[in-house]
Amino acid sequence: MAKETWELRLYIAGQTPKSVLALKNITKYCREHLAGQYTIEIIDLLVNPQLAEGDQIFAIPTLVRKFPEPLRKIIGDLSNEEKVLVGLNIRPVMVKKTT
Amino acid sequence: MGRQKSEEFPKSKSGIDGLDEITGGGFPKGRPTLICGSAGCGKTLMGMQFLVKGISEFNEPGVFMSFEETPKDLSQNVRSLGFDLDKLISQKKLRIDHIQIEKSEIEETGEYDLEGLFIRLNHAIDAIGAKRVVLDTIESLFGGLDNATILRSELRRLFQWLKVKGVTAIITGERGESSLTRQGLEEYVSDCVILLDFRVIDQIATRRLRIVKYRGSTHGTNEYPFLIDETGITVLPITSLKLEHKISSELLSYGNNGLDKLFDKGGFFRGTSTLITGSAGTLKTTLASYFASGSCLRKESTLFFSFEESPDQLVRNMKSIGIQLSAHIKSGLLFIHSSRPSLQGLEMHLLVLHKLIGELKPRTVIIDPISSLVTVGNTSEVRAMLVRLMDMLKVNQINALFTSLTHEGSNEYNDLTVDAVSSLADTWIKVSNMEKDGSRKRALNIVKSRGMGHSNGFCEFSIQDKGIALKKPA
Repeated sequence: MAKETWELRLYIAGQTPKSVLALKNITKYCREHLAGQYTIEIIDLLVNPQLAEGDQIFAIPTLVRKFPEPLRKIIGDLSNEEKVLVGLNIRPVMVKKTT
Repeated sequence: MGRQKSEEFPKSKSGIDGLDEITGGGFPKGRPTLICGSAGCGKTLMGMQFLVKGISEFNEPGVFMSFEETPKDLSQNVRSLGFDLDKLISQKKLRIDHIQIEKSEIEETGEYDLEGLFIRLNHAIDAIGAKRVVLDTIESLFGGLDNATILRSELRRLFQWLKVKGVTAIITGERGESSLTRQGLEEYVSDCVILLDFRVIDQIATRRLRIVKYRGSTHGTNEYPFLIDETGITVLPITSLKLEHKISSELLSYGNNGLDKLFDKGGFFRGTSTLITGSAGTLKTTLASYFASGSCLRKESTLFFSFEESPDQLVRNMKSIGIQLSAHIKSGLLFIHSSRPSLQGLEMHLLVLHKLIGELKPRTVIIDPISSLVTVGNTSEVRAMLVRLMDMLKVNQINALFTSLTHEGSNEYNDLTVDAVSSLADTWIKVSNMEKDGSRKRALNIVKSRGMGHSNGFCEFSIQDKGIALKKPA
């Protein structure tokens, strides 16, 4: 499979504990499983409320996988790693599992 | 006007004809109102009308947050009612935000809240300075998301937030099996709850509305019929029956000299109602036609509802006894509206009556016969409708004449329409058949006439080419 860049977007509303946790979680998962082939864009709806409509955001935090398609959304603080990976359709890198 | 009414509770006019009369002025201002009902009962339309009329009549911009229909669908659906949503949107008076929840593309993990929804709503409200908000149907969230605990607490927060924001909001909810709404929204939105209902009785569909509760305000507690037609939702005017209408002492003719003479003052007072009862073939329609012709001769606009004969038939039949109606129709003074009673429900009949009365502004209205309407509704409905109708005619100072068919032999006091109308009618004329000297004679008797003396005898009358000839009672 060709290397592709994952485009992720995390919608938050201010630095709430849930948003901070979500960002921490997704950054960790990406480093572990998508090293070097991902981008995470953080959109704070308190700053840019008009952006909520485009991606149909109603829950906070919401992680949107823009690419690869199809579009996927994961809402919540992303604390369940397995669910997030399944939801994003990321194949876990097995090597790392030695921890 | 009530002295304290205006201070009692701030209300927002709904823009829905007739509803504000029941709620005593509209929805609670700056608070959420729950409208619930089963599918297809008119919830979305009621919400939309609230917004559109709010813009056009009260200059209050509105936000419609749709959880089901897309803006395009909504716009198309209400276009037939003359609501041009696209125009209102381009004028920045209206905003439609469609919240699409695609369950298949959403995964939930961990804690979240609906802040995104709040932000969107807040953004939409602030962008146009909205005073009115509709959330239709927020319960869809429960279908798209799994965590009901979060949803519930977030909804509670949302309704609280709406109050703080100070917008008058309508929240729609689908009717549940054991509760008013599927998710028990009535627990959260407790200021005003309106229930819509759509049912079919005797093959005739009627829509009804009931105010389940309205905190801090008095309201009508009955079920009120409402209609959806080409102008939107109309809730039928309720029986105010305050008996405060203006009265007139102007005397008018029944259109028949002999009949006028039976009354001490030679006619009837303007704006009063007359009931003519009698069995089949007692010339009720003929008397009604005299009434119509008399009104037209005074150059007053007249509306004739015929539930048994078509306009042409009525004109021809009356011509044969010398009552010329066709000239009045041509000159536009007389309008005959014929329809089958069973064509539509009672409410629709009443609405047609209302509309024609509104359009033509007649001074005289004739309904021949009012008893036909009984066939389409049940007792209490007919009664309520007749009371409403008579009330409206009285308030507008319209001369009214109703005929009613009674059955030979039976006591007319038991008859439904007679029972309903006779106490409200100002004059009651009874016509009957009598057997005398081997032939049938018709007799006319005045049962009552408010505010004037009248003949008490049974006045024999016959019908000839020149019309009705009354023999003055001895």
